Amino acid sequence: MILVVAEQRDGTLNRASLETIAAAQSTGDAIAIAVLGSGLDAVAQQLAKAAAGGVIAVDDPALKDYTADGFVMALEQLLAAETPDRVFLPHTYQTRDFAPALAARVKRPLVTDCIAIKDGAYVRPMFQGKLQADIAVQGPHIATFQIGAYRADAMKAGSAPTRTASIAIDASKIRQKPEAPFKEAKQAVDLSQAERIVAVGRGIKGQEHLALAQQLAAAMGAELAASRPICDAGWLPMDRQIGSSGQTVAPKLYVALGISGAIQHLVGMKGSRTIVAVNKDPEAPIFEIADFGIVGDLFDVVPAMIEALK
Amino acid sequence: MKIAVCIKQVVTREWQLRVNDQKTWIRDQDAGFELNEPDAYALEEALRLKEKHGGEVVVCCAGPARATQVIREALARGADRAVHVESDALATADANTVAAALAEAIRPEQVDLVLTGLQSDDQGFGQVGVILAETLGMPHATIIMEVQAESGALRVKRELEGGWFQWVGLPMPALLTIQSGINQLRYATLKGIMAAKKKEIRKAAAPASAETGQRVASLYFPEKGKKTQIVPGSAAEAAKELVRRLREEARAL
Repeated sequence: MILVVAEQRDGTLNRASLETIAAAQSTGDAIAIAVLGSGLDAVAQQLAKAAAGGVIAVDDPALKDYTADGFVMALEQLLAAETPDRVFLPHTYQTRDFAPALAARVKRPLVTDCIAIKDGAYVRPMFQGKLQADIAVQGPHIATFQIGAYRADAMKAGSAPTRTASIAIDASKIRQKPEAPFKEAKQAVDLSQAERIVAVGRGIKGQEHLALAQQLAAAMGAELAASRPICDAGWLPMDRQIGSSGQTVAPKLYVALGISGAIQHLVGMKGSRTIVAVNKDPEAPIFEIADFGIVGDLFDVVPAMIEALK
Repeated sequence: MKIAVCIKQVVTREWQLRVNDQKTWIRDQDAGFELNEPDAYALEEALRLKEKHGGEVVVCCAGPARATQVIREALARGADRAVHVESDALATADANTVAAALAEAIRPEQVDLVLTGLQSDDQGFGQVGVILAETLGMPHATIIMEVQAESGALRVKRELEGGWFQWVGLPMPALLTIQSGINQLRYATLKGIMAAKKKEIRKAAAPASAETGQRVASLYFPEKGKKTQIVPGSAAEAAKELVRRLREEARAL
């Protein structure tokens, strides 16, 4: 049996949970879906619309706000009671925070960031997505699935019975004391409205070269954006960042200059209508999703593009 | 405050990856190596905390002999000393094995805080830090963008998805995995490089390898999903042709 651990916050289901249910359904095994929190009736009803053997609500006031200690404590008990062969979770920031501790606690291997299941092995990216690996696992285990790897609308519908799990959480043993989540000051730039975007990555090499990308953006009527490392380095403000920790965009044209295409970046822009990639490395993962590519040095190609646009 | 920072040596980003004959790892005999970038941010954060609160920064590395390169670099940037759990098998080991090796190194140090990078640039499992916390019996928090330390307790800013953040309180000793971009990195000065030569690197034995239940069955280049039109020619020719196709075929300009 596969136990899918769905994710919710304040009664709102994280849609990545549906993708993970679809991944579990694709195996043909029996599945059950667990959800943790406090006041879970509505979320459990929503999950009950999936084709599954059951929905288990792990409802406890101590689980209202997510903590790693609380979730590990609850899931350790749930796994002991339900004895699933496999546990599937969406590869969210929350999962990343507690799943390795859970795996170590229950002594199961954990395979993270999976994109497919192939002949019983888990397919996942390695080396920044430049390579892929099939990971073979022995015995009961835990796997997490990359956002977007399976489609939520591929989830088979059904009518699953719901029940609650009797789990005892000793709140005094929860060492993390979370405060309310918040958003930073309103973003100055809303890149989601841009028709065209020119984005730069590590290939731009230095802040002094941003002017070149800016010239191309001006010639195309595009906004300038960047992958995470450029904003980490402080070369462009954080509100120009595209990707899982930045903005998600789907412009008419997305030009990626010197961006290798780590998944964290791709999730923020793969919905763009036309994607252009300029990169020295013909094996760069960005070429997997680009419509048009030029393999070459951006310092040769970009001035030529500016010239060609005149 | 005594801080342990876990670092890993990984192949450089510029190195053209090739897969070995067994298809289980890369052919890294002639590769260049560097400090895993997320770990560089963890090291920088440790150095800043030491500058503010005093104490000691101990670099911990589980890897083969060649990992001395990144240990020396961390010492040159300002870490006080290092522990190197040395074993060739650690170069390709999974997260459980690496966490077990680091736990052996860190346990006798009696630290107040353990910092790791968010994940490694090679395997990218993102597990070692959190498994290490569980192994050491420490509370943890991940993907941290700010660290406040006050009288034996921490208040840290976790990055959530979609631009959300959250402050979390933790007692010490604790383990944090640090998000890239939390600070601006410093580089080693000549003085630092000279001083690093005299700093201690304690060697620790790797624990006996245990069956961890997972292995790389096959490593390969991913199949291209989308049909990318590679525009050929010199930079000038390709750029001109690209602009034409964007105007006439894609109608994106």
